[in-house]
Amino acid sequence: MINAILVFNNHGKPRLVRFYQHLAEEVQQQIIRDTFHLVLKRDDHICNFLECGSPQPCPCPHSLFGGSDYKLIYRHYATLYFVFCVDSSESELGILDLIQVFVETLDKCFENVCELDLIFHMDKVHHILQEMVIGGMVLETNMNEIVAQVEAQGKLEKAEGGLSAAPSRAVSAVKNINLPEIPRNINIGDINIKVPNLSQFM
Amino acid sequence: MALKMVKGSIDRMFDKNLQDLVRGIRNHKEDEAKYISQCIDEIKQELKQDNIAVKANAVCKLTYLQMLGYDISWAAFNIIEVMSASKFTFKRIGYLAASQCFHEGTDVIMLTTNQIRKDLSSPNQYDTGVALTGLSCFVTPDLARDLANDIMTLMSHTKPYIRKKAVLIMYKVFLKYPESLRPAFPRLKEKLEDPDPGVQSAAVNVICELARRNPKNYLSLAPLFFKLMTSSTNNWVLIKIIKLFGALTPLEPRLGKKLIEPLTNLIHSTSAMSLLYECVNTVIAVLISLSSGMPNHSASIQLCVQKLRILIEDSDQNLKYLGLLAMSKILKTHPKSVQSHKDLILQCLDDKDESIRLRALDLLYGMVSKKNLMEIVKKLMIHVDKAEGTTYRDELLTKIIDICSQSNYQYITNFEWYISILVELTRLEGTRHGHLIAAQMLDVAIRVKAIRKFAVSQMAMLLDNAHLIASNTQRNGICEVLYAAAWICGEFSEHLEEANQTLEAMLRPKVTTLPGHIQAVYVQNMVKLYASILQQKEQAGEKEAAQEITQLMIERLPQFVQSADLEVQERASCILQLIKYIQKLQVKEVPVAEEVIALFAGELNPVAPKAQKKVPVPEGLDLDAWINEPPSDSESEDEKPKTIFHEEEQRHSRHRQPEIDEEELARRREARKQEQANNPFYIKSSPSPQKRYQDTPGVEHIPVVQIDLSVPLKVPGMPMSDQYVKLEEERRHKQKLEKDKKKKKQKKEKRGKHHRHNSLHTESEEDIAPAHHVDIITEEMPENALPSDEDDKDPNDPYKALDIDLDKPLADSEKLPVQRHRNVETLKSPDSEAPLVEKKSKKPKKKEKKHKDKERDKGKKKEKEKKVVEEEEEEVKKGEDLDFWLSTAPPAAPTPQPQSEPGMGTAVVAESQVVKKEEREEQDEEEEDEGKKSSKHKKKKHKKEKEEKSKDKKKSKKKSHHSEEEPPESVQNGTLEDEPLPPMSSYRLLAENPYIKMTYDIQGNLQNDSQVTVSVIFENKSTSFLKSMELNVLDSLNTKMLRPEGSSVHDGIPVPFQLPPGISNEAQFVFTLQSIVMAQKLKGTLSFIVKNDEGSTHEKLDFKLHFSCASYLITTPCYSDAFAKLLESGDLHMSSIKVDGISISFQHLLAKICFHHHFSVVERVDSCASMYSRSIQGHHVCLLVKKGENSVSIDGKCNDSTLLSNLLDEMKETLSKC
Repeated sequence: MINAILVFNNHGKPRLVRFYQHLAEEVQQQIIRDTFHLVLKRDDHICNFLECGSPQPCPCPHSLFGGSDYKLIYRHYATLYFVFCVDSSESELGILDLIQVFVETLDKCFENVCELDLIFHMDKVHHILQEMVIGGMVLETNMNEIVAQVEAQGKLEKAEGGLSAAPSRAVSAVKNINLPEIPRNINIGDINIKVPNLSQFM
Repeated sequence: MALKMVKGSIDRMFDKNLQDLVRGIRNHKEDEAKYISQCIDEIKQELKQDNIAVKANAVCKLTYLQMLGYDISWAAFNIIEVMSASKFTFKRIGYLAASQCFHEGTDVIMLTTNQIRKDLSSPNQYDTGVALTGLSCFVTPDLARDLANDIMTLMSHTKPYIRKKAVLIMYKVFLKYPESLRPAFPRLKEKLEDPDPGVQSAAVNVICELARRNPKNYLSLAPLFFKLMTSSTNNWVLIKIIKLFGALTPLEPRLGKKLIEPLTNLIHSTSAMSLLYECVNTVIAVLISLSSGMPNHSASIQLCVQKLRILIEDSDQNLKYLGLLAMSKILKTHPKSVQSHKDLILQCLDDKDESIRLRALDLLYGMVSKKNLMEIVKKLMIHVDKAEGTTYRDELLTKIIDICSQSNYQYITNFEWYISILVELTRLEGTRHGHLIAAQMLDVAIRVKAIRKFAVSQMAMLLDNAHLIASNTQRNGICEVLYAAAWICGEFSEHLEEANQTLEAMLRPKVTTLPGHIQAVYVQNMVKLYASILQQKEQAGEKEAAQEITQLMIERLPQFVQSADLEVQERASCILQLIKYIQKLQVKEVPVAEEVIALFAGELNPVAPKAQKKVPVPEGLDLDAWINEPPSDSESEDEKPKTIFHEEEQRHSRHRQPEIDEEELARRREARKQEQANNPFYIKSSPSPQKRYQDTPGVEHIPVVQIDLSVPLKVPGMPMSDQYVKLEEERRHKQKLEKDKKKKKQKKEKRGKHHRHNSLHTESEEDIAPAHHVDIITEEMPENALPSDEDDKDPNDPYKALDIDLDKPLADSEKLPVQRHRNVETLKSPDSEAPLVEKKSKKPKKKEKKHKDKERDKGKKKEKEKKVVEEEEEEVKKGEDLDFWLSTAPPAAPTPQPQSEPGMGTAVVAESQVVKKEEREEQDEEEEDEGKKSSKHKKKKHKKEKEEKSKDKKKSKKKSHHSEEEPPESVQNGTLEDEPLPPMSSYRLLAENPYIKMTYDIQGNLQNDSQVTVSVIFENKSTSFLKSMELNVLDSLNTKMLRPEGSSVHDGIPVPFQLPPGISNEAQFVFTLQSIVMAQKLKGTLSFIVKNDEGSTHEKLDFKLHFSCASYLITTPCYSDAFAKLLESGDLHMSSIKVDGISISFQHLLAKICFHHHFSVVERVDSCASMYSRSIQGHHVCLLVKKGENSVSIDGKCNDSTLLSNLLDEMKETLSKC
């Protein structure tokens, strides 16, 4: 089971928070902070697993996740950390690959995903994630299948006219003009990511 | 009116959407909290509006704020509102918000049940999907109970997309509602062989989760999983299955044997590291479960270790880490094979990655032996010196202590060395683990008698250098070692050589800066020291020296009397008075030493930490019995004398009873005492508070060790563990030489007999004798208690509830609660559940019989295994058995039996014959059905075999049996045939002009028995912009359009969107009805504004809305049993039609009826099918459709004859078009 999926940036700002069991908001934020401090200390060349029982304060104390066999599996892409908290029934390398699939799917759905996409389209990121993992269990690992489902739902949404009808889109386009230019420098797609045997896996 | 609409959309234009909110937060970095609270106020305003789009937008923003840590539970009701929106866009937003913030404590969650049920049965697969996803996050026990049946139905949905989601969610349902596990399990098992790999993977996932918690219940699935493992190519599935086998093998070693070969093959063949790693892990689990020392498995161990070495040597830190992790598992059972890779592990200690270093440390723990302990610890000590950061250093420290103290100091051959290591560790700055070192010092000094003299000397040195320890690490735990040092010096003061000096060290003023509990120990132990010095001096006749030491105490003790710590103060003042008294006696020249030393006479025995808890309750002691009868409240004071009298009587009578067997009791007591006396581990109740001397039986059993000291005990200066390493090496060398000599002699004597020591140069463990005989005193434990006794497990384990035997056949009562039809009038329609139960009650009897047979079989199993199987029938039966499967030799040929228990599959399949209509997606489903068919053929075969066995088959059951044989998917809207269905749409044309085209569909509303929803699709055919659309109808007496409150019956309803050229969009309108037995037509008008470059014009389009009777029907699944009962009830009117000239296939025909008239297929046999539907007002409609050569006849039964005839007429019309 996956217990939580957290995405935050290099400064610990949450970009996606998905807990698969209910926790109060303060506790969630505390976990995000703790997790952030844990992964921040680790440079990019050390392993991507963090286990409870290591000397550091455990981000998932027993009282929160009801068991001691949880571990954090994370990947760091450019400005973002993708952290999965899983129990012993998940394969460590499998989850690493899953993170990779998640990021690649985001990349495909957003066309060269960057942190800004996640910031402004948190709902869409959630919808993509929901096609991969539901209730803490892995639903689909095939990227093409995930993308197909996400797109089909996107089409459905478009057919319904979307959340905001066309005119207010125009308004928000106008609003966009005043926006200070934010550099789109967080291109994930360009960064060469080393994944063990992704091709064989999927 | 038009103005109102325009205003509405302008308002909306200035609403913030999610992007605006995010942008705003980013622009208000300084006063973010203030800005957000402003936004929340706005959101609250938006939520108050009626427009669902505005609400959805608000909820979407709330979801974002939730991520930032804001509590949004106050909006729970609004979230539900958005969830129940008809548009997918809004629905999805609502469900997302709910999944983020709903939980069992959310009180409005109970309002969602019907909404979710409706969404689950929505014709749009994404509505269903979104509902399932949401449900997975916030399912409560109530929701689980109410929706279990619906979700189970979805597990057989035509779309794999829904199936796999439904399968996964069942796990959550099981957790919340454990009763659902048994009824749903057969279907879940079925899904393991689903044609869609995604569904299969989901089922594997769920069963693995279940099995992980309660593996024994899932052993019977092993053959099935084995088959999957050898056939699947999906690595995800493989990994899950292999992990599952890892959990199952400890329960069934034979399974392990079977697994080794395919796993080894996978290890050799796979290129995916993740799979390789899990295979290795499971092989290790298998090897652990098998009795060690099986010669033919050493190859497997070697293979694992080899592969792991490759992982560890990899440059990828992740692989290195996992390699070490797996290695530590092998270590437990096959330490030898790991020890040969010591070089590699030690190398990992130098890795820059702390996680890897820690893993390597764990490994070292298991790798030590008597031979290499000193070497490894020496290496670790070097790392301690080098280590940066206190956390890692502390970890090293604890590991060193763990390694040395493991299994009762098994690997320590030289305790002087160990003590000096401990002393060296005290020099660590800033460690948190002072108490650990202290505990070790105490433990070793108490339990290893031989080392006391040396320990005392070292401790004295520590006390002397206390200023080093206490000064710079005042706040740190290292001063804890002084606690141990003071106690050891005091308790074993007889070994102290320069007691005076130590006493003075303990009396230094600096001591008062130590923590209170340490000072307390100081005070107590300086008296012990004092006592032993006093005795020494008295014996030597040095009276002045004795008085001097007393004087010293009296001078220095007051500093402790002034201590703020209560414990210290109390002890100090008490002792001060004592010593003052001693001084008085000394002045009178009375010898006092004997008496003073008697204060501390006796020895303290080590007691195991769990001992207190494990003391058994003595025989005959009832801890719950009253010692004194509690005074009863009701009695008034006047009656008191009476009660006393009464009580006395009682007591007397009670007293008498034991008197009867007083003798017996005495005998028992004596026996127990005897037993206790013989048991060295029993804590005696000593009659006097004085401690026993060494000759009491408590310590007698501990042999007093005679040490032949080959190592000088006193090492000048601070101890250096290295010295001991060298000494130890020398000693070992000497020993070896001696042994070699002996061996040579032996060899000469007994030639050829010896095959134990093949190589002379590798020392085996046993060869290293400890430096001196060390007696390690075992910690005391009460009788019959083992220190390793497991303490009770957590009773609150949520998975305990799922520990359910799944092999037992289902009982009658075990059913998922089915939604009851609330609108059904009892007079007109039979309760659909009653017949179900009645019919079923017959079946289980038969099943029970089967089950009993089966159980008997199981009982005999063991005998049978020994016997040669004679009867063929027996063999077939056993084929279903796990034991049989496990005992068959070739692992590659598992029995293709999908169901190991014949009794259980049938019950549920029949029960859950739920058919869902899913016309629009039919085409996708064609391929799957092909796949299904092949697997079904297999199943059928097996079932037939089984049926042949059950001889008491009754004719009357034929029908239900038939339905059992035909799993629900097969009849799903009759799509069994291979030919594809033509695309169908339920949307009919409403009206059309050059600007706009309207198509509509009418659907009954489940929640309301007098409402239908008309969905209209507006399509802009022009090149102009269409806006301000407004739809109006002329209400009839019977049928009315639902208008917003306050508007008149003549007002139109605005269409909530505008249409750019070429765009189409859907809007929904609700109509209320009184009678539904007749079709209705309503006239209406759509007005709209056409806007193009030339300007805008106002346009109108008239239409006629046709409410067919079919539109009042709701596709409702029906079980064949209930269907049969319904027909038999006789409450229904009958009517029939016949249509000639039908050329389309029966399958298409059924599909058309299902689709256009909202029926579902109950059963289908050849060219005959029964169908069912229900009206929104609860009328049951049953059809029997028969296909002849070129004609179709339909017999219908319904509560209402008018409705039926109208329906049949409509059907005739549809069919005649074919």
